[in-house]
This record gives sequence, C-alpha cells and structure tokens, in this order.
Amino acid sequence: MYFTYIRRELRRRLKQSLVIALGLALGIALVITVSSASAGVKNAQRQVLHSLYGVGTDMTVTRTATRSQVGPQRLRGFGGAPPAGGARHIARSVLHPEPGSATLPASDVAKVSSLSGVAAASGGLVLTDTSFSGVIPSAGGGFGGSGSSTTKPSFSLNSFTVDGVEIGAGAVGPLTRTQVTRGSYFSAADASASVAIVSATYAHQHGLQVGSTIHVAGKKLKVIGIANVSSGAADVYLPLATAQKLADLKGKITTVFVSVSSASHVSTVAAEVKAALPSATVSTSADLANEVSGALSSASTLTSSLGRWLSVAALAVAFLVAGLLMMATVSRRVREFGTLKAIGWRTRRIVAQVVGEGLALGLLGGLVGIAVGIAAAVAISAVAPSLGATVGSSFATGGGFGPLVGGRVAGSGPFGGARTVLVHLTAPLQAHTIAIALGLAVAGGLVAGAFGAWRAARLRPADALRSVG
Amino acid sequence: MYELIDVRKTFKRGPTEVHALDGVDLMVGEGEFLAVQGPTGQGKSTLLLLLGGLDRPTSGRVLFEGRDLAKLQEAELAPLRASAFGFVFQTFNLIPTLTAQENVETALVAARIPVSERRAFALEVLDDLGMADRATHLPSELSGGQQQRVAIARALVKQPRVLLADEPTGNLDEQTRDEIVGLLEQLWRDRGITLVVVTHDSAVARRAQQRAVIENGRVKLPEVTTPAPRGRVVHPSGVSRP
Ligand SMILES: Nc1ncnc2c1ncn2[C@@H]1O[C@H](COP(=O)(O)OP(=O)(O)OP(=O)(O)O)[C@@H](O)[C@H]1O
Ligand SMILES: [Mg+2]
Repeated sequence: MYFTYIRRELRRRLKQSLVIALGLALGIALVITVSSASAGVKNAQRQVLHSLYGVGTDMTVTRTATRSQVGPQRLRGFGGAPPAGGARHIARSVLHPEPGSATLPASDVAKVSSLSGVAAASGGLVLTDTSFSGVIPSAGGGFGGSGSSTTKPSFSLNSFTVDGVEIGAGAVGPLTRTQVTRGSYFSAADASASVAIVSATYAHQHGLQVGSTIHVAGKKLKVIGIANVSSGAADVYLPLATAQKLADLKGKITTVFVSVSSASHVSTVAAEVKAALPSATVSTSADLANEVSGALSSASTLTSSLGRWLSVAALAVAFLVAGLLMMATVSRRVREFGTLKAIGWRTRRIVAQVVGEGLALGLLGGLVGIAVGIAAAVAISAVAPSLGATVGSSFATGGGFGPLVGGRVAGSGPFGGARTVLVHLTAPLQAHTIAIALGLAVAGGLVAGAFGAWRAARLRPADALRSVG
Repeated sequence: MYELIDVRKTFKRGPTEVHALDGVDLMVGEGEFLAVQGPTGQGKSTLLLLLGGLDRPTSGRVLFEGRDLAKLQEAELAPLRASAFGFVFQTFNLIPTLTAQENVETALVAARIPVSERRAFALEVLDDLGMADRATHLPSELSGGQQQRVAIARALVKQPRVLLADEPTGNLDEQTRDEIVGLLEQLWRDRGITLVVVTHDSAVARRAQQRAVIENGRVKLPEVTTPAPRGRVVHPSGVSRP
C-alpha cells in the first residue's frame, strides 16, 4: 500500500516528478563531475610534482642559493680565459647543481626523517650536465669584428639533467625500482660505481641501450637500466655517491625528497621541516599548484572555484525547487490528506507518505545523476587533452634569479626559465564521491519531502470537507 | 451516544466573527438515525466535524460515550477516528490514484489491521455493497453513485460505531440518491450503528428516525418522525436494494 501509493502518486504527477528528479539529478551529476575532475586535476598536479621529484614524493626540501654562491658555480663550468692568439677548441663538460640552488649537508636527511609524520626521506642531487664544445677565435680578432681573423666562432651547447639517487631509499625519491623497465635498478654494490640508469626518452633520443656507455662530467659510465619516467623527469640517474664525486659535492645533496605518512598531514609536516631546517625551502604539491601556470592551472581554477560554485548553486536550486514543488503538490492535495486524516490516518503516517514520495524522487534523481555524472567523468577522461603545466623556475630551484637562471629544462636548451610538463587530465571516480552523491540525493529527497510534509502536517482534518475540487 | 452541551463554534476572519454554532444542545442515542437539516451556511458541516472529532468547539462540551472530544489529545482522537467514526463526504473524497479496493484498505491502514487481512476485509465489504466486480477500478472509472458506495465501504470496513455523512447524496441524481439513502438506511438497520446524515434534501431527511434543523447556529427542537422500530421500517419510495 505504502509503496503502491507513492508510485501511483508520482506517476500521476509525472511531469512534476520528472522536474524534481531531473533537477536533483543535474545537481548530483555536476557534483560528481566536478569532484572527479578536481580529483583529476589534483592527480595531475601530483603527477607534475612526481615528474619533477619522483613518485611518492609529497614534498621536497631545497635551499636557495645566495648570489655569492651562484657566481662561482657558474664560473666553475666555463671558467678560464681563452689564450691570446689564434682560435681554440674547447670541449668541456660540467656537472653542476641547477643555478640558484644551493646544497644541503647530507645529514639533513636524517633530521627530516626523524620528524613525526614523515614516512620516508631520501637525499638526492639534482644536477645538470652542461657540455660545451666549439671554436673560439683569438682574443685579437673574433668578437670585435676587426677582420684580422677569418675564424668564425661556432658553439655547440648540450645539456641533460642528472639526478643522484640514494640507493635503498625505498619508494621515495626521483627514481624508484619499479620504474626500471629494462636492465636493472642500482644494487647495493653500485653505491659509488660508474653506472647509470637513463630515461626511456633519453635512451631513445641517443640510441642508448643497456650496456651502452654515456659521458657525465666527462667520465664514462655504463648504462645498466632504462627507466620509464614521466615527461619532465631527469634524463640520467646515478647512484648518489657517484653523482657527488662527479659533481665534486662530497657529503652534499641538493634536495631531500619526503613522503608523508598521511596526505592530510602535508602542511603540518611542512611546518615541522621548516622549523627543523630554517634555511631550507619546503615545497609541497600545493605550493607547486601555485607555481604552475598554463592549462593545468586553468583547469584547477575551473574545477576548484567555478565548478564547485556551480555545483553548489545547482544543488541549492534543485533542492529549493524540489521543496517548493513538493509543497505546491501537497497544497493541491489538501482534500486527499484531509480525508485520510478524517478516516484516522495519523499525521505521522501522512508525513511518512510525503517524505516517502520525496525520497523516491531523490533516489530516482540520484541514480540518474550518478549515471550522468559517471558518464561525464568517463567522457572527460576519454577526450580530455593533455594539459601543459609550466612550472616557474622558482619552484624547481627554490629561488628566482632572473631569466637566465633556469629551473630544470626538459630538453630544449639549458637556459630556459621554466619547464613544461605534459600531463593527461583524467576524472577518476572515487567511491566516496558516489557515496556523497547518493547521500545528497537522499538529502535532496528528504528536503523536498520535509517541505511537503511540513505543509501536510499543518493540515486540519476539517479541511477535507471544506476544500472543494 | 452523543451529548452536546452549549456548543459554540466561532470563526474569526479579520474583524468579522462568524458564529457557525451558537449554543447547540443535542442528544443522539445509540443506534439512532438522525438527519440534520437546515439552509446553507447554518453550521451543519461544522456540527458534523465536531461529532467526528475532526474539529474542536470554541466552547461547550461534545461528549461521546461520556468522553469530551473537545478535551482529547490529537493522539487520542486519531484512534477514535480510525475505529469509532466512519465518514462519508458529499464529494466522495476517494484517493484518485488508488483502486476501489485500495481506497477501502486505507481505512484499515488507520485501524492498524495487518496487511494480510486487509484485502479480504475490503473485498468483503465491497461485495456487501455490490461493488465486488469494481474492486480494481480507479475512482475515475466509476460513476458518482459507485464512488459513493466505495466511500461508504471505506467508512464501514472498520466497523465503526457511528457513521457520519455530510450531504452523501448532494452530488447524485435522484435515482442514485434513493439508492444510496436506501443503502445507508439498510446498513443502519442491519448493523445497529448510529447514523447522522446532514442533508438539505427533505426526501433524505424523511427516512430518519430523528430530525434536527439547524438555523442561525442553533438546533431547533428535534421533530420526532415516525418512530420506526428496527427491522420494520416502511420504505415509501421503494428504494432499490444494492
Ligand atoms: N474555516 C472556516 N473559517 C471561517 N468561517 C467558516 C469556516 N468554516 C465554516 N465557516 C462559516 O461557518 C458557517 C457555517 O458553515 P458550515 O459549513 O457548517 O455550513 P453548512 O450548514 O454546512 O452549509 P452548507 O449547507 O452550504 O454545506 C458558514 O457561514 C461558514 O462561512
Ligand atoms: Mg456543509
């Protein structure tokens, strides 16, 4: 009887029922789509962080160089005045930290990992190998253009990125065991060996295979593995000690990679690290989001502000419309409910009837909304283009030092000021989103039912005989 | 069964006050058939609402089996309405989306009869009223007289002690009217229930044992009509039986 009555009443006012249910469905679909998309954007942001600093990294600790520290570093690479007279060939290869970043003592890793809330920490060296080769005319003729020399200057400048990786650091760091798809990961015996793992992209570009030889800082290294890393990650990975030796940075690191025991603790842990290492710069994926510009950042703004407000507004409107329509419906059924009261139905029973109708509409709207929302999320994942995220140099290195001071540069050239990572935007469906949507549907139904029930509860049975129609 | 003492019902609409009932004294004996007559707007429906515990008087006492309905809580009134009073309305007031049988069952919902027994009870009463073959029809598929039969079935299925009818034939043609009145009269005789019918149709009132006329909010002395002993009532108009 209860359900028959609900079903028949909803069918009788089919149009109105559909308006209520579809209104709720729209709101709920929006909530699902927006929260899936924003989860996707967050994933993408994490992906950008991971492509910079490795999978599992929730935050990085770096130190910003002061100007006096930068100077010599840069000079070290290209130092030495060309000798007077005649052209001269130069071929140099230098491994250096990214300009603008300074080193930390390796002991800082222990300080960080001892903090509560830190799941794991590892030290790494984030370096760039810059090789320069070319012919420089003699001081007398070349640049001045006096014509006394026929030698034209010609340069070639190459660079690739190199990460020193702490072996046995577990899942945190720029390169983890599982990312090595061919060859093998560093073994304990490789701690300071002349071995390297290269990224698949770099290997492809340079025709490298397991067993090939590469040069880092002018030294020969053997490629023991090829790793599948994301688009913006380093080209070459070395055991930390090897990298320290080649870069002449014994006992130093540039970055502490930190993974946090719970994602919700990131900001707390960041504050702790900052307190423990006052001179360090702590960067989290949230900071990264602020540094990121480009399409990903637009997507983030879209989902976090516009999308959220839109879905809140749509839900509020849907709830309100549903409530008002239910109330109008009850008003038109004064005689019906009055009659039921007159034949002995308790107010409670009538309220239950109206709330039941609202709830049925809410569930219907919820199911439709969830279906539409899932479809929309799947569609976003399927058709969404890869979004570019451009990370300013300040994040990558911890400080901005003008246009020439670059962060890590993916491949184009050594002096880019920023680096772009391409990530594919997805809209992952999360169980809790569906649960929340279902909860909202039920809530919507209850709100609608409550509006109607409130009206029904105030009916006097006497109205059954009065109202005509 | 009923004793009404100086019952007043005043409606306030802004500055104007309407004295729908203005000092009504009335006795209704158990098993009596009372017709309440009177011109329109004189408080007949208002009186019936008070008798059914659907409204409260402004002052005075409405004693039903010694209990003052005016003083009962809503929680005490609802079970009374569900079991003791059966209501029949001029406009039938069937639930449009429910079938005849389901409409009858709504009364059993209120009377808290178990689901498993409702169907049989409802069908039995519909059968008594000659509506068994219409049990699965919606109200919109029934004629006015048939709808009123279903409404009467709904009022009777819980076996009430009092049947209160407000213009039960007001929306029916003459022949159907006679049919319905005959039916009510028969039920009254067969079941021994107390029957109060509000009507301004003298043809209906003539059938009653007792007649009361309401004018200006007061009951004029009840006229005693032919005191018809139960079971030996003469039917002047030869009402067709269901
Ligand atoms: N809820 C109310 N608010 C204000 N006035 C009311 C209300 N109910 C009834 N009245 C007034 O009380 C008076 C008696 O109404 P009631 O419905 O009892 O008359 P009635 O005798 O049943 O009339 P009819 O024969 O037309 O059905 C009328 O004047 C009516 O306008
Ligand atoms: Mg009336």
